[in-house]
Amino acid sequence: MKKEWPVWEVFIRSRSGLDHRHAGSVHAADAKMALENARDVYTRRQEGVSIWVVPSASITASDPEEGGELFEPAKDKVYRHPTFYDLPDELTHM
Amino acid sequence: MEIDINRLDLEFQAKIDSGKTIEPKDWMPEKYRKTHIRQISQHAHSEIVGMLPEGNWITRAPSMRRKVTLLAKVQDEGGHGLYLYSACETLGISRDELFEQLHSGKAKYSSIFNYPAVTWADMGAVGWLVDGAAIMNQVMLTRTSFGPYARAMVRICKEESFHQRQGFEIMLSLCNGTAVQKHMAQESLNRWWWPSLMMFGPRDEESTHTEQAIKWKIKLKTNDELRQQFVDQTVPQIELLGLELPDPAIKWNEERGHYDFGAIDWDEFWRVVGGNGPCNRERLSARKEAWEKGAWVREAALAYAEKQESLREAV
Repeated sequence: MKKEWPVWEVFIRSRSGLDHRHAGSVHAADAKMALENARDVYTRRQEGVSIWVVPSASITASDPEEGGELFEPAKDKVYRHPTFYDLPDELTHM
Repeated sequence: MEIDINRLDLEFQAKIDSGKTIEPKDWMPEKYRKTHIRQISQHAHSEIVGMLPEGNWITRAPSMRRKVTLLAKVQDEGGHGLYLYSACETLGISRDELFEQLHSGKAKYSSIFNYPAVTWADMGAVGWLVDGAAIMNQVMLTRTSFGPYARAMVRICKEESFHQRQGFEIMLSLCNGTAVQKHMAQESLNRWWWPSLMMFGPRDEESTHTEQAIKWKIKLKTNDELRQQFVDQTVPQIELLGLELPDPAIKWNEERGHYDFGAIDWDEFWRVVGGNGPCNRERLSARKEAWEKGAWVREAALAYAEKQESLREAV
């Protein structure tokens, strides 16, 4: 089987002031073509004002099996949230 | 080891039952992976084969308005195919392998596209009925358990609503036109009606995949439930157009709260699924030709990219 065009992950900023968000992926021979393909595939209805494309192979992802070790330690740290603190009702603007 | 797999299976099912989404890197039973590759790729192939009958009418559209609409719709279908191929590839199969399965006949696509679009009214009937039936299935699939598939469906459903509306508008224009135009609309409805009902697949008692598919939330309604929903929704639309019902057995059933309708010709269904519909060979050879004739473009683009890369490295 011949070599395929590599896969690129596509991130789109839907309007100025917002973060880029993952939209999907495209195949393309190079970065320029990846941008053009992403434009055609993911912004046919003005869904974006800016596009990032990243070679999928460059992404390092966390392993779902290790989800517990990674994310559970934050679970019991309720004191990181403002609602943990008992303050009088009369206190305003805080 | 076997106990381990059983435990994983149970946990997996519990996750689906609790409404959690399965993501590509999560553990999944091999059968879940295979079933999804089959279904998502079949769906993707349907999108790009579905471009063929309509693409045929772009140069013949009766006005600029209809032409830009049809172009946009066919382009959307290409896009929808790409969303779905991407979702499918997250399960560990390559794009080339997927095309290979389509071209060899190993993978199927929706049989509806093996019927020819012979008149302009067919552009109306296809958008109204075929996209209408597809949307019904796709709305259900926005809640399916596999994350990438569900997200592709959300995007597709948002875009597809115009497909059905433009089709109905074409029918409406023909029905408000001359007697010849109205006749063209009627003839097209009559031809597309039964194949549209067949789009929902075999009757529940003959559908081999339904039970497992419901367990995994690949399906949330059975083929017969969706088919009934389609008939109930479409009959009033036929009446609104002022067309005759394409099936004399269609009748409101007060007791059931649904429309009754006539028997589907399942021999025809299986004949077309089996490769012997009016256009099976034509559609497949068009896809293969596009793939083969595009090979030099794919190779040249890759060669150019590699050359640019090596020039950059040399600096």
